[in-house]
Amino acid sequence: MPMMPSTLRRFLLPALGALLLAACSHAPPSWQLNDVRGHLPDLQFHLTSDIGKPMTAADFRGQHVIMYFGYTHCPDVCPLTLVHLHQVMQKLGAEAKDVRILFVSVDPARDTPQVLHQYVTAFDPRIVGLTGTPQEITAMAKRYRAAFNEDAKQPNGGYEVSHSSGIYIFDPQGRARLLGTSADTPDEIAHDMKLLIGQDQ
Amino acid sequence: MKLLGRTFVLAMFSLTAMTAFAATAVSPAANSVHVGNGWVRWLPANLPAAGYAIIRNQGDKPVRLIGADSADYAMAMLHRSMHNNGKDTMEMVDALGIPAHGVVQLAPGGYHLMLMDARHPIKPGDTVHVSLHFDNGETLQAAWPVRPANASGSSD
Repeated sequence: MPMMPSTLRRFLLPALGALLLAACSHAPPSWQLNDVRGHLPDLQFHLTSDIGKPMTAADFRGQHVIMYFGYTHCPDVCPLTLVHLHQVMQKLGAEAKDVRILFVSVDPARDTPQVLHQYVTAFDPRIVGLTGTPQEITAMAKRYRAAFNEDAKQPNGGYEVSHSSGIYIFDPQGRARLLGTSADTPDEIAHDMKLLIGQDQ
Repeated sequence: MKLLGRTFVLAMFSLTAMTAFAATAVSPAANSVHVGNGWVRWLPANLPAAGYAIIRNQGDKPVRLIGADSADYAMAMLHRSMHNNGKDTMEMVDALGIPAHGVVQLAPGGYHLMLMDARHPIKPGDTVHVSLHFDNGETLQAAWPVRPANASGSSD
């Protein structure tokens, strides 16, 4: 290591260190996702769970919630995102105890609670599938500006649904805190979840 | 008798060779296109599944993947997932070009083979058979393992 001038060593480095320390203790947390506190509505819904039970946001008070819109006839991106969220839960380890993942169907015509249940539990037992009437789902998507639309029908009657890639994270009080996308990595999401869980304790 | 014996040996040899090729899902040696690391993500309730693989073109000319079918599914279609303006969309793809001496990946979040309407119940641990058709006339037969829904690759 090259020798440093003694003035630099004696004065500048400690000063720099103090500055860094000050910056660390006052700087906002270094989120990897977008901080949306105060910019998106609280968690609120009346939907049907994958076990056919009516559910509302009140059922998730006291838990951190990770919410993603998708549909079961989505063989690529939705599974990839659910695998990423399953990996986030694994990375959180014991801290995942009070974290739930909500998979909200944007295809209520095909996503019955039964199909949804088989689909979500194949990825992680901590994922709750939610479906509802087309009106309920439209209202829910609108609330979170999560546009979706059915693409043209295929000759066999099948169709795809283009949907929001948003990953919404709520705190135990149901406040929207962070917004990511299906393109964020499990490491990035787990990093922010750990920070958030630490803050909220 | 001698001729018969030779035929038998040859037959045995090609059978062994075929088995070896089938296991690694590689096409006959004459082909310029090769497929490896294939796998299928299993989904329950006979939902459409996605197949992934790495396609290598060892030839001097570009080739295009122009079709696929499977003995295990009524339909196999090339699709591409895209991430645009905050939306996840999927579109059908007519052909996928593989440059000369190039590699193209069918991978989660991008190009994939959408496998629909299984002809019989399929579960993780099974092997499904897929044929890939290229515009140079080659057809590759591949045998891909079916992996659990939350798998992240051909092995993990």
